[in-house]
Amino acid sequence: MVSASIVGVLAGLILAPLLGGIINRVKALFAGRSGQPLLQPYRDIAKLLRKGAVFSTTTGEMFGVGPAIGVAAGVVGLTLLPLGGSRAPVAFSGDFLLLLGLLALARFCIVLAALDTGSAFEGMGASREVAFSALAEPAMLLAVGALVRATDAQSLSAAVGAVWKQVWQPSMPAAVLVAAALAVVLLCENARIPFDDPNTHLELTMIHEVMVLDHSGPDFGLVLYGGALKLWIFSALLAGVLVPVRCGSPWLDAVATVIGTFCVAAGGGAVESTMARLRLVRVPQLLVGAAVMAALAVLLVR
Amino acid sequence: MTLVLLAIGVLVATGVAALPVRCGTRAGTVTAAGAVGAATLVVGPALRAMLGASLPGIKRVWSVPLGTFSLGIDALTGVFLLIIVTIGALGAVYGVPYLTRTAPGRRLGVPWCMYNLLLASMLVVVTARDGVLFLVAWEVMSLASFFLVTFDDRTEEVREAGWTYLLATHIGTAFLLAMFLLIAEGGPLSLEAQVVRPTPLASVAFVLALVGFGTKAGFWPLHVWLPQAHPAAPSHVSAVMSGVMLKMGVYGLLRVLPLLGPPAVWWGWVLVGVGAVSGVGGVLFALAQHDLKRLLAYHSVENLGLIALGLGLGTLGLASNLPVMAALGFAGALLHVVNHAIFKSLLFFGAGAVVAATGTRDLDQLAGLGRRMPVTARTFLVGSAAISGLPPLNGFVSELLIFLAALAGISERTAGVVAPAAAVLAALGLIGGLAAACFAKAYGVSFLGEPRQPLAAHDPAPPMRRVMVLLAALCALIGLGGAWVVPGLTAAVATLVRVPFLELQPVLGGDVGRILAAVGALGAFFWVLVLVLLRLRKAVLGEREVGASPTWDCGYAAPSPRMQYTASSFAQPLVELFRGVLHTHHDVAPPHGIFPRTARLATETPEVVEVGFLRPLFAAIARLAQRLHVLQHGRVQLYVLYLALALLALLVWQLGGGW
Repeated sequence: MVSASIVGVLAGLILAPLLGGIINRVKALFAGRSGQPLLQPYRDIAKLLRKGAVFSTTTGEMFGVGPAIGVAAGVVGLTLLPLGGSRAPVAFSGDFLLLLGLLALARFCIVLAALDTGSAFEGMGASREVAFSALAEPAMLLAVGALVRATDAQSLSAAVGAVWKQVWQPSMPAAVLVAAALAVVLLCENARIPFDDPNTHLELTMIHEVMVLDHSGPDFGLVLYGGALKLWIFSALLAGVLVPVRCGSPWLDAVATVIGTFCVAAGGGAVESTMARLRLVRVPQLLVGAAVMAALAVLLVR
Repeated sequence: MTLVLLAIGVLVATGVAALPVRCGTRAGTVTAAGAVGAATLVVGPALRAMLGASLPGIKRVWSVPLGTFSLGIDALTGVFLLIIVTIGALGAVYGVPYLTRTAPGRRLGVPWCMYNLLLASMLVVVTARDGVLFLVAWEVMSLASFFLVTFDDRTEEVREAGWTYLLATHIGTAFLLAMFLLIAEGGPLSLEAQVVRPTPLASVAFVLALVGFGTKAGFWPLHVWLPQAHPAAPSHVSAVMSGVMLKMGVYGLLRVLPLLGPPAVWWGWVLVGVGAVSGVGGVLFALAQHDLKRLLAYHSVENLGLIALGLGLGTLGLASNLPVMAALGFAGALLHVVNHAIFKSLLFFGAGAVVAATGTRDLDQLAGLGRRMPVTARTFLVGSAAISGLPPLNGFVSELLIFLAALAGISERTAGVVAPAAAVLAALGLIGGLAAACFAKAYGVSFLGEPRQPLAAHDPAPPMRRVMVLLAALCALIGLGGAWVVPGLTAAVATLVRVPFLELQPVLGGDVGRILAAVGALGAFFWVLVLVLLRLRKAVLGEREVGASPTWDCGYAAPSPRMQYTASSFAQPLVELFRGVLHTHHDVAPPHGIFPRTARLATETPEVVEVGFLRPLFAAIARLAQRLHVLQHGRVQLYVLYLALALLALLVWQLGGGW
């Protein structure tokens, strides 16, 4: 049991950047391009970690602390993350809030690192980032509430582990709503289309990317890796709810969930290929919609 | 108890001794010594009471009608005693150099005397076991803080804030008076926790208590005085008022609720509703502010809202016979009382350091203070993260307890529990997200980036710095060591949940203790990881080529500090989104022509309750009062006639046998 949990954390640490590669390949497939290699995100991070850096003369200590905290929060978050039926190394009642808190802490520090540069563009990105994430938070907590209500388990590992037995059969609509809310939050928190376009060329339209414009070298490598960890956490959580494989062996459950995680990433790539980015004024509506879906799920359970 | 009485005596004596002192610094030193002395006297008994020791009270006959001079300490009192003396003493230590700098040459005897009187009266409020004594101390507390708010009485704004506060606090006291009369049923009122007397009018008394204590605590929409009074007061006073005095409202509610007998379910709903509205409303209005201290004042409304959420879940748990949920809710509320006292006073101290260094509270004027004031910047950052409920700091621990209470409720079957629990979850999420946004703004624009104008700012005097560092360390310690702190609240929570201490021990000491131990361990792991990463980063960058250049502004060649995002621009998306609530005024003079000479944009977010409801209400009252002018002509003959008529009426009544 323990070994499977530890392997789950290692899998997250190692496989996280792969999700970005999968998304890019799927997008290339849709566009009829051959696309970048699957392992390109690893190469990017490795290259950045080997480089020197250029710092803005405006920045101070916060600028360097932000990316480090982003990665540290992601790593600690991984220790709370179950892979389907395979429990996380650490599980306790209410660990949902710690996981969300860690991700919020990472965001808070990246936002401050952006403000540290004194650039109007980075300020703009930071301002949008905090606005959207503030609206995504209630949706996330209500989805957690629905999950807890459906499974009667108060920790992440127990709740996700119990999904197969209880949620999918009696309260199908609630499960669908929870999954939909989680998916919306995933796309928002990880700066994907329809909330943010990771490939945009214009700083004015960026949200997440513009915040890290001034980061270079190892710092930027940490930013990318922290982002990958965050995407992994959200995708694995969604996959844990969506993939109903609970065969009793933590190893098989974990493998099924990892495959599910890849499928979630592929789904994200498909969304990005077929949708345009929403206008900024529409984004809050979608997030409030997600919160409403999650609230409905709370009501519909059982 | 004797030690507490002694401490009250010390506070009053040093306060009075400071009155005639000419030199402001010396007056401050005298009172600060008194405050610190009082703190050392009280900490011991407060801690022992908090951990469940039963300390003897004092009961003396008092010549006041219906009153007895009755004081006592129980676990609940202990918790509040602790924050009063700790924050009070730290505030005094901070205040001496602060006032020396911001009000040089002024005679400070009276404000310092009032400061110690405020502390002493709060000590009496939490130890009083008699209704009349409680109200007297309550009134002294309100008046002392009124004189502190109006410290800067030459400014129009401050005088107005003072009047608003005085009015609000007395309206609150009026409700309290009615409530005490109601539950005392005409006799003397003992506030002893053991005497539970359910009255048929309990619900009316609950509403009266909620309004009366809620005015002091600053629950929405009774918070109107708060965003005026906190910016007006000197920073150390704001810290004590926001960190401690608001909590007297919470204390009052907690003390009176058990007297009302078993709670009704809807009391819990009302408290949850009040908490959600205060929390979200407070943080939204905070986002729209660009006065640093006004912003912090609105965050007090938000945090008291969080406390009300905990109280609501606790009451709901009591009413629905869910003791675990009740214990978690009350424990979360109590811990948040302690935590808020710590980080809010830290933030007000930080704001005071900024004001002392720059002379302005306007966030749109500030930027880049971090390099010039490193200690203030770091401690303010810790406070900002803590108040946003981010792990691994103390704000997270209390929010986790409230979250656990909501999780306990959401698995229940009855809709009357599930719906409020879900509301608490949504509110917690929204409040947390918005608070993080607001403090990213408050910290980011004032301490980070490039200064907008040349500033000669520097860190404050060593005592002020030490106070801030100490509070920041407390934030971090409670964040990691929640497993040791929360069991310490068990005795206080047991009196609220009305179960024996030993029954709660397995919940708060055992289960919650294990949860918080895990949180602490992961928090420590997190800090280690951060340190390792930063060490690695430093080592790696040390041997590589590191360049420096101006900030990349998308190819723009001549960026200037004035182009940075300001507080207003940072908050704009959220303020715009919630414009239906905030009603922000925009005063725009847009640029015209190809070479615009001037352009201007000013925004202001007035207090919606005040402008939309209270001003019209008081205007109407004033108009009605005008009608009474018919009676009051200023002619002495008429007044004599009134006197004669009144005497005649009394005579007739007396002759008729009275009632």
